[in-house]
Amino acid sequence: MDSLLNTQRPPVFCPGCAHERVVHALDKAFSQMGLAGNQVAIVSDIGCSGLFDTFFNTHAFHGLHGRALTYATGLKMARPDLHVVVTMGDGGLGIGGAHLLSACRRNLDLTLLVLNNFNYGMTGGQCSSTTPPGAVVGSGFLNQLEKPIDVCQVAGAAGAPDVRRASSYQKDLPEVMAGAIGFKGFSVIDMWGVCPGRYTKRNPLSPKAIEASLAGMPPAAGFAEANARREYGEHYRELAAGQKRQTEPSGMAKTCEPPFSGRREILILGKAGQRIVTAAEIMGLSGIAAGLHASQKSDYPITVLRGHSVSELILSDDPIDYTGISNPDVVIALADEGVARRKKQLENLTGNPLLIREKSIAVPDCAARIVEADFKAQKIKPQDWALAGLALLARRGGIVTGDMLAAGLAARFKGDVLASAAELVNRVEDAV
Amino acid sequence: MSLNFLEGNEAIAYGAMAAGCRFFAGYPITPATTVFNTMLKLLPPEGGVCLQGEDEIASIGFCLGASMAGLKCLTATSGPGISLYSEQISFAIGSEIPLVIVDVQRLGPSTGSATRGADGDIQFLQWGNSGGLPVIVLAPSDVGDCYLLTMYAFNLSETYRVPVFIAANKEISMTRETVDLSALPRPTVVERKTANADAPFLPFATAGDQKVPDFLPIGGDRIVRQTSSTHGPDGYITTDPQVIGDAIERMQAKLTDEIDRFTFYTEDPADGADTLIIAYGVTARAARVAGRNAAAAGTPVSLLTLKTLWPVPEALIREKAAPYKRIIVPEMNLGQYVREIQRVLADKKVEFVGRMDGSLIPPSMIEEVIYNG
Ligand code: SF4
Repeated sequence: MDSLLNTQRPPVFCPGCAHERVVHALDKAFSQMGLAGNQVAIVSDIGCSGLFDTFFNTHAFHGLHGRALTYATGLKMARPDLHVVVTMGDGGLGIGGAHLLSACRRNLDLTLLVLNNFNYGMTGGQCSSTTPPGAVVGSGFLNQLEKPIDVCQVAGAAGAPDVRRASSYQKDLPEVMAGAIGFKGFSVIDMWGVCPGRYTKRNPLSPKAIEASLAGMPPAAGFAEANARREYGEHYRELAAGQKRQTEPSGMAKTCEPPFSGRREILILGKAGQRIVTAAEIMGLSGIAAGLHASQKSDYPITVLRGHSVSELILSDDPIDYTGISNPDVVIALADEGVARRKKQLENLTGNPLLIREKSIAVPDCAARIVEADFKAQKIKPQDWALAGLALLARRGGIVTGDMLAAGLAARFKGDVLASAAELVNRVEDAV
Repeated sequence: MSLNFLEGNEAIAYGAMAAGCRFFAGYPITPATTVFNTMLKLLPPEGGVCLQGEDEIASIGFCLGASMAGLKCLTATSGPGISLYSEQISFAIGSEIPLVIVDVQRLGPSTGSATRGADGDIQFLQWGNSGGLPVIVLAPSDVGDCYLLTMYAFNLSETYRVPVFIAANKEISMTRETVDLSALPRPTVVERKTANADAPFLPFATAGDQKVPDFLPIGGDRIVRQTSSTHGPDGYITTDPQVIGDAIERMQAKLTDEIDRFTFYTEDPADGADTLIIAYGVTARAARVAGRNAAAAGTPVSLLTLKTLWPVPEALIREKAAPYKRIIVPEMNLGQYVREIQRVLADKKVEFVGRMDGSLIPPSMIEEVIYNG
């Protein structure tokens, strides 16, 4: 296969830069694999390694510092047949650390080439996440304070199944790269090299020294077995194909008549676990069954198993403009938490609304027609109180009728759940 | 009539599917999470891809990659996430990558209040990118808008190769309300214009007065380059001021010259009114009630609801405001879009009514300004 090098744009690195060797080794790897330019995408980020995509006649995606793996992930998920090769320096590695860890965990079939030369070449030789503490760099004494990371150990610990150490100068670098590109899953090659433009101006480092240091590093091949698993994209498509298809909902037709005209506001005050939101949704669906418009807003804390749960529901024969509730027509009080949350609103009630209250729940002094219900005595579990309250409201018929509620329940529940909900609605005793 | 009972976020997801969206990536954040939840149910069984990124930067990065591979992409977040998107948004703008971005606004600053509504990102959405090129921002007022404007957002992002924002608000996105989906006037779905197969392909070349480069996907038969660097028509770095200036001017003109084609709005005119309320988002609904109440009390007031916020539809605003003496702009923030209205209607009295405490602006607050100024 022919070279994929872009003859019109030869490498422009400083003389002696290790990156140039990697460019030629990568081209050899592509040739060995018989890849054409349109079968490969080179994804690069910022810094000297970010120039890589311009030297090849392949698809290219050059983006922001440290984010190359993010674009590569989108590309590969959209084009599973494309060979996606990501280049980044030790700079991109540091700033995009979260992406490296996630790519290792994900095991999508990408090849990451880390062009590791222990400093930020382009911006003036500052220290990076791999700079030794003893090096003299453009960041003054700061590198003396931090421990460099070993890319291979990090990648292996994060779950990468194919981790390789390499010197930019080793003879078999094309074979090492071809092996990584051919590997089905996420591959990382930590490729050490010399940056004569910046780093070796003040630090002695030679290809020989790199070779010697690499020999002293823990082996990277050991992760292969521990991290061997299915490739993400293939696995994703298999699981995705098994998901149930879901289409746009078709909506509910009007099946009964509403008992009022105009707008009615309902406030349900409960706590987490009382299925307040579901009850309000059922009431909305009940309204739809009567051809009404509905809106529902819920208020609950970020913790899901504790605290208040409040729902506001509006039913109206006109489309609803303002979705706020100022003065409810009905309040259903089912928990102290909900009552406390809306204490002010209760104290300011006007127009003598209906207030259905579970016997054990105290409400502040307010101008309302209070109706008491002893759900506890009827052995109704607190998680069913909201539905029980709804049933009592339907008994009174002014806002929701029995027919509406039955239709609302049928729209929300099926089978056994529907049957037990209907049973509860029938069994709830009228309030005293 | 056949009514659905949907959250705004669900409607956004259904609208995206109707527009041909095939890729979603996002990071969980209240109040945008239910867009992700819904896309996760809808996309994978259809052969699409729905991913949860390790953070917001990754999520939008996935979208940029998939979009360049030819898929229609959606992402959704809120204030803290849109801040992290910023650098990638600039990339999408400058490198003409189609994408729809939903910002379900919540009360800021910063992490603020996760479950409280606001319209606090309205200026940020336009200016929260480096370089300051124009962007398209559409603002839904209700669940039906969430569906339709999302469809339009995809069409616009494909037509102009730009990121398009949906400026939602917790008060719409997490409010469940009735909508007749079957009655919505859906636009025809638009696809990216692809390059001619027999001409040499330059990824950012435009011929004649063409304002948007033809597209080919990365990974297709012909080689495609994409870059965040300042580039020429060939997708390689350029430092030629002429080439750079021409491209910047073209990217500005492709939106500002065509604003009339995507100026979405509704009007509630009132006979004999001398006051016009200009509103957007959920607040426009309170303004409609305020207008009705004021008319009933003998003070007719008209309402203009803007659904395209950026680029500012200046011609429309000038035309609609011409007959009125007084303009009122209500917003769930400290006064953001009112700055644009004041700029466009410099010769008129523009009054602002705002609130930034996580609560809806009630009709009474707007009525107060109508009566008392
Ligand atoms: S600064 Fe260093 S990394 Fe960059 S081109 Fe020069 S030698 Fe290579």
